[in-house]
Amino acid sequence: MSANPFATIKEAVDLSPEVADEVKFTTCYMCACRCGIKVHLKNGKVRYIEGNPDHPVNKGVLCAKGSAGIMNQASPAKLTKPLLRIGERGEGRFKEIEWEEALALAESWLGEVRRKDPSRLAFFTGRDQSQSLTGWWAKQYGTRNFAAHGGFCSVNMAAGGLYTLGGAFWEFGEPDWDHTKYFMMFGVAEDHDSNPIKIGLGKLKTRGDAKFVAVNPSRNGYNSIADEWIGIRPGTDGLFVFALIHELLKAEKIDFKYLARYSNAPWLVIQNPGGADDGLILRDKKGNPLCYDLNRKKAVSALGADITPALVGERTIGKKKVTPAFELLAKRFLGDEYAPDAVAQTTGVPADTIRRIAAELAEVAFEEEIIIEQKWTDVWGREHDKMIGRPVSFHAMRGISAHSNGFHTCRAIHILQVLLGSVDVPGGWRHKAPFPKPIPAGPKPSGQQTAPETMLDGMPLGNPTGPEDLLVDDAGEPLRIDKAYSWEHPLSSHGLMHMVLHNAWAKDPCEIDVAFFYMANMAWNSSMNTKGTLEYFTDKDENGEYKIPKIIYSDAFWSETVAYSDLILPDTTYLERHDCISLLDRPISSAHGPGDAIRHPVISPDRDVRCFQTVLIDLGARLGLPGFVNEDGSPAYPGGYEDYMVNHERAPGLGPLAGWRGEDGKSHGKGAPNKDQLKRYIENGGFWVHELPPEQQYFKTVNKDYLEYACEMGWIPSAEPILFHLYSEPVQKFRLAAQGHGPNQPPDRHRKRVESYFDPLPLWYQPFEEGEIDRDEFPLHALSQRPMHMYHSWGSQNAWLRQITSANKLHIHATTAAAMGLVDDDWVWIISRLGRVKGQIKLITGVNPDTVWTWNAIGKRKGSWGLSPDAPESNQGFLLNHIISEVLAPQKDGQQYSNSDPVTGQAAWFDLRVRLEKCAREEFGFTEPMFELFADAPSPQQTVNRYGADLKAEAKGSKGVPATGWIGNRHENAQNIAGVSDGHGNQRDEDKS
Amino acid sequence: MTCLPKESPAKKLGLVIDLDICVGCHACAVNCKEWNTSGKMAPLTDLDAYGAKPDGVWFNRVHTFEAVDPDTGVSRTTHFPKSCLHCDDAPCVTVCPTGASYKREEDGIVLVNTDICIGCKLCSWACPYGAREYDEDEGVMKKCTLCVDKIYNENLPEQSRVPACVSTCPTGARSFGDLGDPDSDVSKLVAARKGYALMPEQGTKPGNRYLPPRPKQVGKGVAPRMLTHQDDSSDGAGLLARWVDKILTA
Repeated sequence: MSANPFATIKEAVDLSPEVADEVKFTTCYMCACRCGIKVHLKNGKVRYIEGNPDHPVNKGVLCAKGSAGIMNQASPAKLTKPLLRIGERGEGRFKEIEWEEALALAESWLGEVRRKDPSRLAFFTGRDQSQSLTGWWAKQYGTRNFAAHGGFCSVNMAAGGLYTLGGAFWEFGEPDWDHTKYFMMFGVAEDHDSNPIKIGLGKLKTRGDAKFVAVNPSRNGYNSIADEWIGIRPGTDGLFVFALIHELLKAEKIDFKYLARYSNAPWLVIQNPGGADDGLILRDKKGNPLCYDLNRKKAVSALGADITPALVGERTIGKKKVTPAFELLAKRFLGDEYAPDAVAQTTGVPADTIRRIAAELAEVAFEEEIIIEQKWTDVWGREHDKMIGRPVSFHAMRGISAHSNGFHTCRAIHILQVLLGSVDVPGGWRHKAPFPKPIPAGPKPSGQQTAPETMLDGMPLGNPTGPEDLLVDDAGEPLRIDKAYSWEHPLSSHGLMHMVLHNAWAKDPCEIDVAFFYMANMAWNSSMNTKGTLEYFTDKDENGEYKIPKIIYSDAFWSETVAYSDLILPDTTYLERHDCISLLDRPISSAHGPGDAIRHPVISPDRDVRCFQTVLIDLGARLGLPGFVNEDGSPAYPGGYEDYMVNHERAPGLGPLAGWRGEDGKSHGKGAPNKDQLKRYIENGGFWVHELPPEQQYFKTVNKDYLEYACEMGWIPSAEPILFHLYSEPVQKFRLAAQGHGPNQPPDRHRKRVESYFDPLPLWYQPFEEGEIDRDEFPLHALSQRPMHMYHSWGSQNAWLRQITSANKLHIHATTAAAMGLVDDDWVWIISRLGRVKGQIKLITGVNPDTVWTWNAIGKRKGSWGLSPDAPESNQGFLLNHIISEVLAPQKDGQQYSNSDPVTGQAAWFDLRVRLEKCAREEFGFTEPMFELFADAPSPQQTVNRYGADLKAEAKGSKGVPATGWIGNRHENAQNIAGVSDGHGNQRDEDKS
Repeated sequence: MTCLPKESPAKKLGLVIDLDICVGCHACAVNCKEWNTSGKMAPLTDLDAYGAKPDGVWFNRVHTFEAVDPDTGVSRTTHFPKSCLHCDDAPCVTVCPTGASYKREEDGIVLVNTDICIGCKLCSWACPYGAREYDEDEGVMKKCTLCVDKIYNENLPEQSRVPACVSTCPTGARSFGDLGDPDSDVSKLVAARKGYALMPEQGTKPGNRYLPPRPKQVGKGVAPRMLTHQDDSSDGAGLLARWVDKILTA
């Protein structure tokens, strides 16, 4: 006790407590971003997760999701043991069973199907990052009915990019953040590359010499810090881009040389209306595309060098009338209907704004070009003494992808990039390894033939190059359960997961016996028409049997889909498992070079759960699938997923992980399996990365040294030039078939649709739903997106994240609301042509006045995800999916198409149109539709969460060290502010020297 | 009732937050909670964690709001992270009846000694910024420690010795250092960007600084030059004629 009872007692603050017993490096999985994390462990529990400063993806930062990983681990919704349904589907009544019983049951169901007809298994996975394994498993099993969730996520972006640039926006490319001076972002509030985009925007804006333009109906997320926000009307981005191109062409502000060298602009397109070769590329006997050389005055192979190609001018070569692709493209975009004044009303973007943006793009691209003094050699062997860049860059995703016109809109954006000469150049948008790939990337989809106990002849998913690659029967009807690769949506390279349950229930186009899902919440937020989808799960035939006979599901948490499945295989959390983030799938590469990474268990499960991939490999062995068993029938990978990660070879020397291969561990890319490979990864912080040498950093599509390296690594078949496809010949081949040419013909009812939408040049059309409804009856667009703190993460049950958002509201422009007599917090019915859902509104001004939007996947079903029945997620939060139809209105002939892009099958959930009606006062306060409480769902035991109380540590060591200052974006700030030292964070370059 | 240091501490550790680039992602708030729930004031208790009214102790909260510029009529969305400002004239300290709330002489950090906090909440009434967090479960007041158990912690590598909210920020919107030293990097950053103190009229002399959003980049210099059409014939017919003989050696 102090002498003076009123004196302040001085606290002895422990400045240097022991933090952890152990620190382990692994890869985050709170979303799809693949950040490196340092996990601090104390007493066997997670004390702290922070970003790994050495990791190429996140460079030490970590988002809200990643930081909340501790609460995912602590979630009461974790599954604890295999479950077998004992009630009716949807009731949620289960009995716990042992793994041996669960695996034997799965084996018997899957084995019976495989003996009968392997394609009666539909195997669809969600947001997992192991599709190179799951796809291979499906191939070895022998079912064509496989895909992941790309069909409702990203396929428009993937296909639009792969068929145009040989790579895609999505997570497979990135702006040159360090050099770009003008950055345009379309339809992105948050994205797969969650932290890299944040890091990039922070750097770009701190540098202060670049402009960031955001095109998005909603000014949230990234859009809120844009220099200019263009609140475009949903689904009209393509038209806006058309008008930009129109302006640039009229002003001749395009990079003609870049087009002539690096794209198919000069390729000669046959003009033979009505003929079987109309619109195809004129080729020589070897199949090389031809262009017309103005100097040599003849047609020459367009793949050669030192050509002076004509970009315009109809000619007759041999007997063929031909026109360069560029002329066709210019005619399309120069159409008067794409002038800024003509599109202003539809897009909601004033014509002057369009003209100004075009002028700004031109100014930066052509008057602020970047020159990097770096020699490089092109694929034709010509040496260049410098790298010239046009520093405009682009990124686009959800708001383009989720519309029924998304494929063509995505192509239009890519074409704008190429016209400006800004793809894979300094300051532009750059590919990430293993991209770029040949256009379109091989292989093609497999599964035309299936047979009992027989594997497919290739991977189920691929990229078709013409009608002959479709998976259709002799009548041209779909073979796959999701109708992917059929005439209904031929380039559906990610499948149509959103149609699987509908089609399996309808037994159209085929029947399945077992549906096997992983990590996809099909009974809630991963389906359109959720209420209808629940009925597909539960509907029975006249014999009282479920129309979808058996459903196996694997997830780590008690999600809505658990309640609708028959056999549950409980997965581990990401901190308890092995994984590979592979170059065969979705690696951690950056534009600077390739990389891949692993997860490894940093804590042990306290439950009877198993890593799904290990279970899949085990099932493969039990079923005796080729590749999963040795010649003597013993399991090929008895050690499970980690055994497979190290020892599996897809081709000789090529495995899931590229680092430290070869028996001595000294090879990268190709090499024999190395038994110490995982050890090497763990020693290196959980990842492998290769920095491309400076001469390979840009112009990768035609960079000799890069292409040879990519070939050695096994990413491309040969070091040939990859020329951008402004004009898409593969697309034209489908149109020709629809016009009656060739042996592979669509059924007549699809001809007009295929002919219309398979345009080899981009086109813009009104999103389908908008065209089908009365616009006065449904005057508003309705969008849903996920908040940054939950983007792409599994469930909002996280105790910390749900305190940030536990109920979603419908955001509406204040002026629009006022006109309808609505005020903040009113409850409204949100009504589409499919049905209605009830939610509460919030008035804002940062939104297109014709658009309302809400957060997706906040609303949960009562009793799921370990939340108590009175949780806001299931009482006030709502799910817009209830009113998004998975099908379009039937055609006159009865044909009913999926509510998807007609080219790729991408789910068009952003096409939704609604009207709002204010609820009666007694309807305020709770969402509808409301569903019954699940029976056996876990109920939260603990109401007070004192996590960490027992991890508070004692002092260790001395009284601490001096604190050092940290400057965010120190390098960029140092360029602008005199006296601020260069370096990173609290590391100053001057201290190192 | 509790004394501030007799002399204003020479060293004033604090945060600098760049509102120009904060995207409102909540990374700072969650990483802070994660570090501190096992830190000096552990735990950062959550009540009703999985129930109807989840509510917990957070040292850092991000507020997102729209504001209309009275001059231009243009609205903007602002994300505003807020935590204790470690004021020089901290009213939360002087109001404390037990000496639990205090300001460190060594570095100006305002802390709560939870061992002698009686949970009277006077400090939270006194703080004009609402930066105090009452732990109902423990009956004591908690608050941002500026990660005092992290920034000096020799058990961590140097790169990690920084407040959790700072090192985790994906956009680099947060900086940290000695705002009492005019020659420190953070002071130079504040001077260059005209960083401001929050609500100075309250007279609390806050330590932390906010960097205001920069003027929007609307093209180089004055009004951007509009493009000149080389030909305005309908559907581009004249342009195509111009391009027929364009010589471009590839």
